[in-house]
Amino acid sequence: MTTLTEAPPPLAPAAPGRRPPRRRGRLVPYWLLLPGILWLLLFFALPMVYQASTSVQTGSLEQGYKVTWHFAAYGDALSAYWPQFLRSVVYAAVATLLCLLLGYPLAYLIAFRAGRWRNLVMIMVIAPFFTTFLIRTLAWKTILADDGPVVHTLTSLHVLDLTDWLGWTAGDRVLATPLAVVCGLTYNFLPFMILPLYTSLERIDGRLHEAAGDLYAKPFTTFRKVTFPLSMPGVVSGTLLTFIPAAGDYVNAELLGSTDTRMVGNVIQAQFLRVLDYPTAAALSFILMAAILLMVTFYIRKSGTEDLV
Amino acid sequence: MAFVNWLKRNLVVLAGLLTLGYLLLPNVVVTVFSFNAPKGRFNYEWQRFSTNAWKDPCGVSGMCGSLSLSLQIAVWATIGATTLGTMIAFALVRYRFRARGAVNALIFLPMAMPEVVMAASLLTLFLNMGARLGFWTILIAHIMFCLSFVVTAVKARVMSMDPRLEQAAQDLYAGPAQTFLRVTLPIAAPGIAAGALLAFALSFDDFIITNFNAGSTVTFPMFVWGSAQRGTPVQINVIGTAMFVVAVLLVLASMAVGNRRTKQKAQALVGS
Repeated sequence: MTTLTEAPPPLAPAAPGRRPPRRRGRLVPYWLLLPGILWLLLFFALPMVYQASTSVQTGSLEQGYKVTWHFAAYGDALSAYWPQFLRSVVYAAVATLLCLLLGYPLAYLIAFRAGRWRNLVMIMVIAPFFTTFLIRTLAWKTILADDGPVVHTLTSLHVLDLTDWLGWTAGDRVLATPLAVVCGLTYNFLPFMILPLYTSLERIDGRLHEAAGDLYAKPFTTFRKVTFPLSMPGVVSGTLLTFIPAAGDYVNAELLGSTDTRMVGNVIQAQFLRVLDYPTAAALSFILMAAILLMVTFYIRKSGTEDLV
Repeated sequence: MAFVNWLKRNLVVLAGLLTLGYLLLPNVVVTVFSFNAPKGRFNYEWQRFSTNAWKDPCGVSGMCGSLSLSLQIAVWATIGATTLGTMIAFALVRYRFRARGAVNALIFLPMAMPEVVMAASLLTLFLNMGARLGFWTILIAHIMFCLSFVVTAVKARVMSMDPRLEQAAQDLYAGPAQTFLRVTLPIAAPGIAAGALLAFALSFDDFIITNFNAGSTVTFPMFVWGSAQRGTPVQINVIGTAMFVVAVLLVLASMAVGNRRTKQKAQALVGS
């Protein structure tokens, strides 16, 4: 989902040919597209149709399911699981905001201040990817452990009293609280924020900064009026790349959270793989999809960056 | 005052370095705890230094099997997704055709869809078709979600290619096949390689979609997930650390080779 601002080069004119009329050539793009598009239609689009049909079925595992246009499944699913939905949106939004706040300075550092260290810092951002993310997420269990240094420091600074009052943590614990889940989500999706931010920051002409300085803009004004607006494509694709997977994630809520921090992904997973209530699970997953597509469309329209693909 | 000024100028650097620390901290913990000798079944608390896990990395039943399965799936998924994705990317950049908008949407949507939605809907399809879940269903799913990322990576590269290079090749009497093999493909290679690397990483590390569509087959991420419930062997950290070190060394080596090549080229230019 990198933003491509440059216009595509003009299509190559038909080759001055020894094989004059390009009758065969007309079909070339379709042959090139066929296998991949077929794959996506069969294993991405068709499943969506199946899921939509499953969500309006009734029946049981033993007797089989039938399409009965039982739309009540949607209402039931929403009224039973609205807290999980709300939690998903709130956690994902907070994590996305944190990613932006944490990721922007690092992307800025790599783009403008790293000098000859640029490649090294870049490697250090990407390298953690090579350790399975589940292992790294489990490491947060150690970092946030109840008698670990992080919890001790936060307790002695009375930060935990504040977060407890806000309902983000419970007592002297960080693990199994919303704070731990958001911390894990932020950590897991931070590189997805940094990379697009870096790509769009790197494209900014350094002379613009000089020009702003010459026109008596203070560094912060330069940032607010020049750098940040020009990095908007990166901000948009970064927030989308962070928010979407975070809203559907159930790994962090399962490993770092408790039953009070379950997100909609946890419910879908449990309904599908453990409870085997397929209609409810399909309805939930369909609502999640629709909600995210709506939000994404609205957000892209608002921010005016439509050339995301 | 001088210090305050210095701080003002370098605030963004300090904040950036803090973020970098946040990103790398878990890897440090994983590495340190690969030398732990835990008391119970879980490896979350530091006990004492030990190299036992490093001496016997496959000492946990099922782990190395799942690792090799993950590698196999990643290799095949990479080959499949890179081939199909490169073809689509070329069609999108180089040709005019009907339904371009629909094709673009079909490629964009999998990247804008939460994994759990794709996972659940694919499982509904497989259940409806009565497919046996296992290696093949995992591979199908992985090729599906890697495809779009390959298309974007290759498309970016092909777009920035100068079409005049190919016209020049044709002017010099290269046939279509020769032009493609000796001009187009070498120039597009970095994009294709980037797409392939991304596909490999995505496939190897995927948990959510695999968990839904694997049946009783266990990939490495699924093994880690299961062990989070049953007890985490130190060997998991050994594998995690080794993967990290190998990847960083490979990247550094390729950068060193690249640097030397540029230097040699520069010297050759100066020398002539």
